Amino acid sequence: MSRLPKLLLGSCALVLTSLPVAAEPLGLGRAALSEEIAAWDVAILPDGQGLKPGSGDVLTGEEVFAESCASCHGEFAEGLDSWPVLAGGEGTLTDPRPVKTIGSYWPHLSTVWDYVHRSMPFGSAQTMSVDDTYAITAFLLYSNGLVEDDFVLTHENFTEIVLPNADGFYPDDRPATEYTLFKGEPCMADCIEGAPEVTKRAIDLNVTPEDPDGRPAGSLPDLRVAALGAGEMTETAAPAEPEAAEAEVEVATAEEAATAAPEPEEAVAVAADPALIAAGEKAFKKCAACHKVGDGAKNATGPHLNGVVDRVAGMVDGFKYSKPLTEMAAAGLVWDAASLSAFLENPKGFMKGTKMTFAGLKKPEERDAIIAYLATFAE
Amino acid sequence: MSEKDRAPMADEHISDETMREKAGPSRRGFLRNSALAGAGLVAGAGAARAEGPDPLITEVQEWASGFGDAVDASPYGMPIRFEAHVTRRNVEWLTESPVSSINFTPIHALEGTITPQGCAFERHHSGAIELSKQDYRLMINGLVDRPLVFTYEDLTRFPRHVMTAFCECAANGGMEWGGAQLEGCQYTQGMIHNMEYTGVMLRDLLAEAGVQAEGKWVYVEGADASSNGRSIPMEKALDDVMVAFFANGEALRKEHGYPVRLVVPGWEGNMWVKWLRRIGVYDRAVESREETSKYTDLMPDGRARKWTWVMDAKSVITSPSPQVPIRHGKGPLVITGLAWSGHGAITRVDVSLDGGRNWQTARISGDAKKKALTRFHLDIDWDGSELFLQSRAVDETGYVQPTKQALRDIRGLNNVYHNNGIQTWWVRADGEVENVEIA
Repeated sequence: MSRLPKLLLGSCALVLTSLPVAAEPLGLGRAALSEEIAAWDVAILPDGQGLKPGSGDVLTGEEVFAESCASCHGEFAEGLDSWPVLAGGEGTLTDPRPVKTIGSYWPHLSTVWDYVHRSMPFGSAQTMSVDDTYAITAFLLYSNGLVEDDFVLTHENFTEIVLPNADGFYPDDRPATEYTLFKGEPCMADCIEGAPEVTKRAIDLNVTPEDPDGRPAGSLPDLRVAALGAGEMTETAAPAEPEAAEAEVEVATAEEAATAAPEPEEAVAVAADPALIAAGEKAFKKCAACHKVGDGAKNATGPHLNGVVDRVAGMVDGFKYSKPLTEMAAAGLVWDAASLSAFLENPKGFMKGTKMTFAGLKKPEERDAIIAYLATFAE
Repeated sequence: MSEKDRAPMADEHISDETMREKAGPSRRGFLRNSALAGAGLVAGAGAARAEGPDPLITEVQEWASGFGDAVDASPYGMPIRFEAHVTRRNVEWLTESPVSSINFTPIHALEGTITPQGCAFERHHSGAIELSKQDYRLMINGLVDRPLVFTYEDLTRFPRHVMTAFCECAANGGMEWGGAQLEGCQYTQGMIHNMEYTGVMLRDLLAEAGVQAEGKWVYVEGADASSNGRSIPMEKALDDVMVAFFANGEALRKEHGYPVRLVVPGWEGNMWVKWLRRIGVYDRAVESREETSKYTDLMPDGRARKWTWVMDAKSVITSPSPQVPIRHGKGPLVITGLAWSGHGAITRVDVSLDGGRNWQTARISGDAKKKALTRFHLDIDWDGSELFLQSRAVDETGYVQPTKQALRDIRGLNNVYHNNGIQTWWVRADGEVENVEIA
């Protein structure tokens, strides 16, 4: 025992020299240039740090909002479907269903400007100009009843605006309000009197994703029922496993492969270029916020697009089309490759007054790819 | 095994219509009639016991005679197809767009503590982007002596560290706040994963840039279109925050922030910025959208807690659970689950079979690492009667996981985040398991 501490001390000293330490700068990296910092450091703080010179008025903001934001947030910032509601909700924070908006909940106007400028519009982030950002922010103040319609927001009057819920937040107080209550030796026996009584059951809500057999999706299989054969995996809710299919092909011997019948997928592959479809799938991400495709696709902000290629326009059940689309459909508009391409290139030019607030795809190869991708989804 | 040898599916001979008449097409109907269905299940429990010699043993099987896959059949392997049900899953009605959404780790189907990257839950705000190591840049600017830009290669030249940490979304369990809602711990507690990270400490990068005395906060933001950003107080930034590029021994997967993400041990997942591109040093919090309009906790008086970063101690029994019913009948039963705390190590997990009336202490299996998932097991002899299973974690600060009701008594019903209340599974006599709340 007496010798142990010395030994430990000695070995510690040795170990210390090999411990990773970086007290002194290592000289790694290079100086960030002012242009680079200006490009990436776009954060706006509550005290106005980071604000860029500029201005925007409510009416301009209303126009920009209608053009770029209303397809999700609604013309009046009321929020379509489940997209965020941006206006209203005052006095609801103690209600059973509080409505948290810029006017009712957000503490700082800087957050609005910062978020619109850096993260919106959804799918086209970092495209909003400084003045348009001021204008949208001014419009959002107006739609929350916080300024009049002749208001102009600038970098100079910005920090004078105090949002109604500015004082509605306080730092985490769990150490005082919770941790003190939830400490101490817990009860181990006879802690509660009486037998348990079920007060809520998840099955009464019936909102859990299900496997085809009605069990919660992902339930472990019954091991007393034989495992499914290779060709049967698709009968279960098992997700597509391209790698598994490839493995099956790879284990076939060379002779078998030579004499094997063509893969059924080949018929499709001849008709459409897989690389083009893959490019289309990637490009379609720009559309996917509003349009769904594939099994079980439902209408969202836009109609689902299963079977859209070569179909008469305006035919999806349950979707409320804009007036101009309904009119063009009645006049015989069919979504063939040419009309889809023209629409995607310039939505508002092709169909004045369309609800689809999308800037358009300038590259013809991107439009071709998306159309090829959409053609893979049947009705 | 060939097609014709396959045992018939239990209900193969029953038409769909008969099934509906008998039990209804949904689990709801299934459970409502579970007394009926249960009889069959328990009788089936002996199926694996031999009535005669088992042909799997007495007959030479295909796999015992011919070849299996050659090497390279799958240069980077996926799980065998019999495990194809073990995947991340989402609940589509939760969000409006799949690129700004979340899915859930199949914790009911995993054991041990490490979550494979391929099935670890994803949360994106503008989709998972492809960013190469060559195109990667990390900037440190603001209140520093030397604003710097690092390449990926620069980062690999700083001293490297390894740590295991859980990453839990602050909204994990949020759907359960108002009452039992989803069937299965994948959905009720599955916004969590636990990985072993390798990377460099944020404090070393900050030292390289030289933080000035007024620099009290760092703001970390990502390179994706959402540009998700969060403010972290300097004390935490200099403590255990890591800039990571490996997880579970391999490069980060795309959906987990390839090539570089932030690891903020013990704190809510939203702060673990993926595709990390900038670290700004400020004198105050930025108060971005994700730390004001979201990730704040509305209290009964209409005011809200902010900066509730730490994930308090929590646990859940992963098996049995609604996706893992007991199919083997009474007798030996392994109860297993996960426990974790953002304040440090788990010191104890208690399990109750009777809805919190009586508790027994479970075994902690393996190491109980700080701010990492901890596995517990309890082996019982199940008598086949119904159970109300609960687990209760205790961490090194002495904090004891509370009931949901104890939390609601303080926070009211309008909270969304930080539900670490005790979960109840109702195990029926037939082995089926339901998500319930009890009094």
